[in-house]
Amino acid sequence: MEQKITGSEALMLALKAQGVKTIFGYPGGSIMPVYDALYDYARGEKKAFDHILVRHEQGATHAAEGFARVSGEVGVAIVTSGPGATNTLTGVADAMIDSTPIVVIAGQVPITALGTDAFQEVDLVGLAQPISKWSYQIRHAEDIAWAVSRAFYIARSGRPGPVVLDFAKNAQTELVDFKMEKVDFVRSYVPYPKLKMNHVQEAADLINQAKKPLALVGQGVELGNAQDELIAFLEKADIPAGRTMLGLCALPSDHPLNVGMLGMHGNYAVNLKEQECDVLIAIGMRFSDRVTGSLKTYAKQAKVIHLDIDKSEMNKNVKVTVPVVGDCKESLPALTALINKADHSEWRASFKPLDEKERAKVIEPAIHPAEGPLLMGEVVNEVAEQTQGDAVLVTDVGQNQLFATRYFKYPKRRSLCTSGGLGTMGYGMPAAIGATFGAPGRTVCCFMGDGGFQMCIEELGTIMEQQAPVKMILLNNNYLGNVRQWQDMFWNRRKSFTRMMNPCYELIAKGYAIPYDVVTERIDLQGAVARMLATPGPYILECAIKEDDDVLPMTPPGKSVEEMQLG
Amino acid sequence: MQKKSDSQIHSAPSLTGRAGGESSESLYTILVFSENIAGILNQVTAVFTRRQVNIESLNVCASSTPGVHKYTITCYCTEEMAKVLKAQIEKRIDVLQARYYTDDEIFLQETSLMKISTPAVMENAEVCRIVRHHGARIVEVNPTYTAVEKTGTTEEILSLFNALNSLRVVRQFARSGRICITRGTREELDEYLEEREKEKTKGGE
Ligand SMILES: Cc1ncc(C[n+]2csc(CCOP(=O)(O)OP(=O)(O)O)c2C)c(N)n1
Ligand SMILES: [Mg+2]
Repeated sequence: MEQKITGSEALMLALKAQGVKTIFGYPGGSIMPVYDALYDYARGEKKAFDHILVRHEQGATHAAEGFARVSGEVGVAIVTSGPGATNTLTGVADAMIDSTPIVVIAGQVPITALGTDAFQEVDLVGLAQPISKWSYQIRHAEDIAWAVSRAFYIARSGRPGPVVLDFAKNAQTELVDFKMEKVDFVRSYVPYPKLKMNHVQEAADLINQAKKPLALVGQGVELGNAQDELIAFLEKADIPAGRTMLGLCALPSDHPLNVGMLGMHGNYAVNLKEQECDVLIAIGMRFSDRVTGSLKTYAKQAKVIHLDIDKSEMNKNVKVTVPVVGDCKESLPALTALINKADHSEWRASFKPLDEKERAKVIEPAIHPAEGPLLMGEVVNEVAEQTQGDAVLVTDVGQNQLFATRYFKYPKRRSLCTSGGLGTMGYGMPAAIGATFGAPGRTVCCFMGDGGFQMCIEELGTIMEQQAPVKMILLNNNYLGNVRQWQDMFWNRRKSFTRMMNPCYELIAKGYAIPYDVVTERIDLQGAVARMLATPGPYILECAIKEDDDVLPMTPPGKSVEEMQLG
Repeated sequence: MQKKSDSQIHSAPSLTGRAGGESSESLYTILVFSENIAGILNQVTAVFTRRQVNIESLNVCASSTPGVHKYTITCYCTEEMAKVLKAQIEKRIDVLQARYYTDDEIFLQETSLMKISTPAVMENAEVCRIVRHHGARIVEVNPTYTAVEKTGTTEEILSLFNALNSLRVVRQFARSGRICITRGTREELDEYLEEREKEKTKGGE
């Protein structure tokens, strides 16, 4: 197929060839030729894409992330140069640390103007390099087919991540004999490292000798579509498994071997048991400090087996006894074949008393409080029960996130969008928009705090325009609650600038013509949630939450995981 | 890379290292091979900056393999840190390979140039004696300056520089930074490229 077309049209064809159907974007001077091409490719005969006009470029990137997380496909954002491009950087960094495949295409001044401090010129490649998997400047139209194909290949293969394409304006208008290119090999990049069978054997030997094995499951299992392989592995040797926050859907919550969430605000038993197990099997997780607490004391008694597709994760934070580098879709079955059937019921039973302690001391009071103001935990629990595990959970960042991830249920795959590594306030609302496009037909519930709700509040405009069916649950505690909690616990109760004056959210909802309801009394919660779920389209349910509630349990920052406190 | 004054040139580098990294630091030479694509140098040096490791010397040049660039970087760090640096550099998409070496694993050289005032050379016989004694070469002489070239280890170069500098005759001093070849019998880059060539599927780049 050969035809002389503009670089902008070449981009359309290249995106189409990648299977892109949804684009989140925002126009501007340096990307106008592309938007002009989109005029044809988003409607009529040539229609190939739905273009979702966001209200801020940060929103475009988070929407692309939410889309990618639930669909398993690459999310796409198109923006202009300069401020449009810099506005995407938070989303790019977020996608990098959480291994989310997105491609950001930003306009750039023509190459003749590069380096002249031209209007809306920024060195995007320079800015994006340390926070992206790959960044590249397209300087001429003939580079487009190659660069776009390479971008998608890099974003989605191996350990996924964000790719930034800086698209010079001259390349958008130049004419080119467009020829499709398919990049599925990059000499300097080995996305799927070859499994070393001697390491698999060593790992199997360790597991076969283990009396108290413990698996730590991360998002890698979901990214590698190895959920079934994980279950087969765990079940064969009867290994209890904790999940990281991003790995919550990698093993269904109701699986008998699931022992809960790892980390600072995870479950009590599994945090303590990390210090007691004899073999720790980390699968597609990266030993974040939010999981390990102090590294000096973390799981020192255990032999550590680390399965990951990214070899740079080996020994990065935790010293590894046996590294198993490779795709877990391949390494897990290889390992399963070599391990013995085992029964660790006694070891698993030892989690129970700790679980019960947590249930009595923390969970029950959080989800079934008898009196006092409304709590985040009970709202999350109510929504989880009424959606029966069918919904996609999206969270913002803060206490709302910690309560939501703790008390939601995850029977289904690809059902969670949350900003883990970067902890990006403002992520929730746009990510939820993306999720409604990535998983059409599924209920999308987005829990946000009053702080985070206002950090990308402009995306209410996108929700209105698209009638994106996001069920927004605003957990309003009139505080930057998570910071307030730390101030109360570690900074002498000096609440420095964490109390926040809130607007009237009902009026805001009205302005965007989004149905709104508020719950202040416990007795109204069930009905209000039911009405929200029964209403088609977007919805804002504001909940007046106890102002000074704390997320528990908690391992104080920098402390050892066994120092986790229940109260 | 931190700027150092001449007086500091000899002193042991002060290194922060990673918190809790109590094991000892030594000099490592990190060899990096990359595709010839713009912006890689930035990406490579950023790996050091982020981990608070100062680069002692850095040399970048086209390698013997067409289209492949070679970076020779030295730094003081622990072996664990050298491993992390290697892994994080290799993680960059356009980097082909990164390896770290101790001095006994490589043949290494550094070259240097010194500009000395010619009248000072004429006045002081000691200057020529020092140059000869250090096995350095005089590569140019004219009425104003004399150019001296010395190739060797960093210590040899600094020894010459310090001797001449104590006579206050050095006008300019330039060092190339270390270059090296490995002593091992394996050619790891060639092996890597061969392997990748085999894996290259039809329709690839
Ligand atoms: C962009 C950004 N700025 C600041 C922070 C620091 N931070 C973490 S949680 C938090 C408070 C969030 O408050 P709110 O959204 O009301 O949620 P709550 O904790 O009250 O549920 C803040 C300020 C952050 N994570 N992200
Ligand atoms: Mg709040």
